[in-house]
Amino acid sequence: MSSIRRVVVTGLGAITPLGNTAPAYWEGLRAGISGAATITRFDATKFKTRFACEVKGYQPDDFFDRKEGRKMDLFTQFGVIAADEAIADSGLLQSSVNKDRVGVIWGSGIGGLKSLQEECFQFERGDGTPRYSPFFIPRMIADSASGNISIKNGFRGPNFVTTSACASSNDSIIAAFNNIRLGLADVMITGGSEAAITESGVGGFNALKAMSERNDDPASASRPYDKDRDGFVLGEGAGALVLEEYEHAKARGAKIYAELIGGGMSSDAYHITAPDPSGSGVVLVMQNALRDAGIAVTEVDYINTHGTSTPLGDGAEIKAIEQVFGEHTPTLNISSTKSMTGHLLGGAGGVEAVACLMAMQHGQVPPTINLHTPDPEINQNLNFTPNVAQVRDVRVAMSNTFGFGGHNTSVIFRKL
Amino acid sequence: MSEIAEKVKAIIIDKLGVEASEVTPEASFTNDLGADSLDTVELIMEFEKEFNVSIPDDQAENIGTVGQAISYLEEHAK
Repeated sequence: MSSIRRVVVTGLGAITPLGNTAPAYWEGLRAGISGAATITRFDATKFKTRFACEVKGYQPDDFFDRKEGRKMDLFTQFGVIAADEAIADSGLLQSSVNKDRVGVIWGSGIGGLKSLQEECFQFERGDGTPRYSPFFIPRMIADSASGNISIKNGFRGPNFVTTSACASSNDSIIAAFNNIRLGLADVMITGGSEAAITESGVGGFNALKAMSERNDDPASASRPYDKDRDGFVLGEGAGALVLEEYEHAKARGAKIYAELIGGGMSSDAYHITAPDPSGSGVVLVMQNALRDAGIAVTEVDYINTHGTSTPLGDGAEIKAIEQVFGEHTPTLNISSTKSMTGHLLGGAGGVEAVACLMAMQHGQVPPTINLHTPDPEINQNLNFTPNVAQVRDVRVAMSNTFGFGGHNTSVIFRKL
Repeated sequence: MSEIAEKVKAIIIDKLGVEASEVTPEASFTNDLGADSLDTVELIMEFEKEFNVSIPDDQAENIGTVGQAISYLEEHAK
């Protein structure tokens, strides 16, 4: 294994329903606030779900000149903003970095849903004459996020987007990790973004009966592990990491948040949307990540779970954790930050990795909020970090995300 | 300036994000106003929409400056 290079995290960025920078996001996580409220992006009066976790106070003009902004879907704008913050945080551009050795691998589960929807609506309203914008395709395609991040910064290394539904940005992080480990790049910008709070996004997930319909109290709707959970709450935004080869980071005196020590991937091979109730794919993914990291289960302090607040998925993941971690399980801090951010779909792995790294930096585990009536079907002896953040020296953190299609992913960070 | 010329200028200012003072009759979309090939396609589409005309591709190729756009539209607008 000596030829495999070590990879560290040197920059963080986020734009989320809890705050529009990584520090603001962390303040929201630590305080245990909910990002959910009535949908403002469109008139949802007739929809089964009329609330979501939107990014708040966002004005594209604060970040992009008008011509530039118009050419990007919202999910790309979020991606560029979070990536810019992470790049600035890393100090990378203040060093004499070789940009041929810097790449971008981004995650998005859907891509430019709003752009697709708008163009289709417009055609439908017309007389059949095609008047598609030349920017429609470049705005819609999911890889426009990684393309725009590289164009803005001149990064000429490996560049693509991973799409595996809600596992997309853990997959992008793992792909970026592997590119550095294998010597194909020295620095990778990674993470993911999503902006699917649109008519078709909300309508489509409602049709799957996957989303909470607790319209009378949005802030308490995302309640992983609580007996009264009724589905996930749609979120939006982006989380970004700068990953860097360890010696490269040391040589330029970079601030190092933690080392990325392992990534695991597996598939349920079971059903296109339902999780395998046996949890065997989830057991496999955590085992794969732990083996890749070369650590014992007893070394893990904190698991940021997939925990979307759906009746089926939450229990299956916890059973899998118990199977993998055995008698160490009750000593773990477990939390689902989706209780606060909602579910960012393809952006989830990005913002949850940022949550793990902030938890390590601050010695505090963000809570699972809205956990008031523990589900009797889920082991009550586990520490779900209910409602209030807990002080803990997090040395090793694991972040799980799973996606429609049966994709399972898990990444593990360790303090240096 | 004609009403058509005013509208053409407004569209160019909006779509290309340029200052009114830059939008002179001689100004070339690509050389002077920062448009790439996609911006140019979008401009032609906006002209078609605003003036209710259909501009064939072979004629669109000859509209490269502000003045050429105004002349074309003054001749063809309905």
